[in-house]
Amino acid sequence: MLLRHTSDTIIEREALTVNPAKTCQPIGAMYAALGIHGCLPHSHGSQGCCSYHRSALTRHYKEPVMAATSSFTEGSSVFGGQANLLQAVETIFTVYNPDVIAVHTTCLSETIGDDVNQILQKARDENYVPAGKYVIHCNTPSYVGSHVTGYANMVTSMVKYFSAKSATKKDQVNLICGWVEPSDMREIKRIAATMGAKIVLFPDTSDVLDTPMTGKHEFYPKGGVTIPELISTGDSKYTIGLGSFCSEEAATLLENKCKVKFSIQDLPIGLKATDRFLVALSRAAGVKVPDSITEERGRLIDMIADMHKYLYGKRVALWGDPDTLVPLTEFLLTMDMKPVYIVSGTPGKKFEESMKSLLTEKVPEAKYKNGERADMFLLHQWIKQEPVDLLIGNTYGKYIARDENIPFIRMGFPILDRVGHSYFPAVGYTGAMRLLTSILNAILDKEDRECREEKVELTM
Amino acid sequence: MCVNYGTLVANKPAKAKNWIMRKVAIYGKGGIGKSTTTQNTVAGLVEAGKKVIVVGCDPKADSTRLLLGGLAQKTVLDTLREEGEDVELDDVVKTGFRGTRCVESGGPEPGVGCAGRGIITSINLLEQLGAYDENEFDTDYVFYDVLGDVVCGGFAMPMREGKAQEIYIVCSGEMMAMYAANNISKGIVKFAEAGGVRLGGLICNSRKVDNEQNMIEEFARRLGTQMIHFVPRDNMVQRAEINRKTVIDFDPTHGQADEYRALARKIDENKMFVIPKPLEIEELESLLIEYGVVN
Repeated sequence: MLLRHTSDTIIEREALTVNPAKTCQPIGAMYAALGIHGCLPHSHGSQGCCSYHRSALTRHYKEPVMAATSSFTEGSSVFGGQANLLQAVETIFTVYNPDVIAVHTTCLSETIGDDVNQILQKARDENYVPAGKYVIHCNTPSYVGSHVTGYANMVTSMVKYFSAKSATKKDQVNLICGWVEPSDMREIKRIAATMGAKIVLFPDTSDVLDTPMTGKHEFYPKGGVTIPELISTGDSKYTIGLGSFCSEEAATLLENKCKVKFSIQDLPIGLKATDRFLVALSRAAGVKVPDSITEERGRLIDMIADMHKYLYGKRVALWGDPDTLVPLTEFLLTMDMKPVYIVSGTPGKKFEESMKSLLTEKVPEAKYKNGERADMFLLHQWIKQEPVDLLIGNTYGKYIARDENIPFIRMGFPILDRVGHSYFPAVGYTGAMRLLTSILNAILDKEDRECREEKVELTM
Repeated sequence: MCVNYGTLVANKPAKAKNWIMRKVAIYGKGGIGKSTTTQNTVAGLVEAGKKVIVVGCDPKADSTRLLLGGLAQKTVLDTLREEGEDVELDDVVKTGFRGTRCVESGGPEPGVGCAGRGIITSINLLEQLGAYDENEFDTDYVFYDVLGDVVCGGFAMPMREGKAQEIYIVCSGEMMAMYAANNISKGIVKFAEAGGVRLGGLICNSRKVDNEQNMIEEFARRLGTQMIHFVPRDNMVQRAEINRKTVIDFDPTHGQADEYRALARKIDENKMFVIPKPLEIEELESLLIEYGVVN
């Protein structure tokens, strides 16, 4: 009973957040930057920020995460971080030799008002950046938005720095990927390849944060979108942004900068969102959806139909990031489950609009909230008021799961206490089958363990 | 950098001493003459035998120029930046007019970094180094001369945690100077409750505004404080400044020198320390109309 003091009486709060459902902007920026091949993320601030953000990623992805820091001291806080950043750029290219340094700021460097754009321009002017190498940046103050905002900011800065329009169009489609696992990015690429669609997926952390053990440490693993690919996004014929919170700003900038039209789709999580993604991709790339994928879809539908009686009406509480929660909620509805409580620490009106249109008719009793005051404490209070059958979210839900004895599936960021999320996808039809399997296992395992003896069944 | 905040490093056995060091901070609108008034007043105090340390809390580092005869002083933060943690007191404290000890915090060039953080760093460092050790230096007064408005937490540092105990606000009969004084009073109220800082009075540095003395006296009364002295405008101050000296140093017999001596004496004898009652903006404007513009 770690959270034994949580009561079901909800008191209107104005200033206090308890167990927030979000984390720092730079974590998102760092994760996105790792989706560029040969990129070393750089944290412009104190060492502690960089250490925490690296370890947060390492604990989730179970891979070493490299990043450099400007190592602010008392003096840098007063005089500004220019000297440190210039020195950092020089040292990093000399010692670690990345293709790109992706600088993000921290609360400290934001608050003292360091002009990173000007500092990096100076670094280029004074030849700290070798020919053919790049330094990009984005601003990531953690007192604005969340880790999702940081991810979106770094993705936008990829477009800002790299995307370029040349004289010749390219027969390819840009996929701006929202925050999903390396496994999901790998799956999206597999689906596109199966369809014969030429794509540039960015960022792309597959083969960066899910690398095989070979006995040899690669500082820059083989994965990640390459610089020529990123530059070529300006010549693509279309852009599909997956998840509006993570990709819309970048897609909009790409259209403004290089006149590449775009549409924003949900992340392909669940049946309907995957359907929409495949339609969008087949139209944009001018390719057909092959039978092999239609068959994957058929297997998913068969599974949903077969297992419907176990899932029907089950009440679910979920938390995490908006881009994931929206299609996940839709998928639960597809299976006639009841997503009743949903929170996200990431602010943005779009979340509420999407949830409203999904839930108003089908689950009128559903409660959902996002932003600063939408925290795990509120979610727990809702559960205290009326319990649920299943929890889906990141590791921070494990205390609620334990205290309330509710089956719990880990999904989202961060997952600190289990493995597999970075290897097995949740996107696409097969991802949906895996999700359905996990949901079913969690519910039935509890049932088998706790039901009366005469109710125990050998078969389904 | 490992500054151990809030602790005094110098831990020497206390000598028998029957006076208490007064910690004074001078605030006021930018350009009102804080540094000039502070240094001239300090000259009056040291002439009367007091031992004083002046701490300039302005990135421009021009708070001790008249006391040091224009001697370019290395600031605390410059020293910190160039020499790292091993700063010694002698590196940053220079002795000026009649033994006045002078320190400049310094700060970043305009437009970069964080000057407010600079003040915090600098004052903490000076404390650590024992710059205010009243026993070692037999100090009677420490004067903090602080940049313009209290724009952020850093510039309030001298008011915090009992660092300065009495504040004097330099102002004139001009609207914006009074507005700034009122704002600073708000800051004092905030820190008075936690740290025990009090307002000692307004120093009117005359701009020859109509009815100025009466208006500032009334303004002070409404704030719940006093106009401790009315410093008339005199070109002698500028002349002394050009010669990098205080008036008392430059021309001890001049009438203006006596004005600063009087201000120094009044501060030394001051017993009126209050938590001010800041005015609403409408009340401040009506005061100006009543005493200034209309008459």
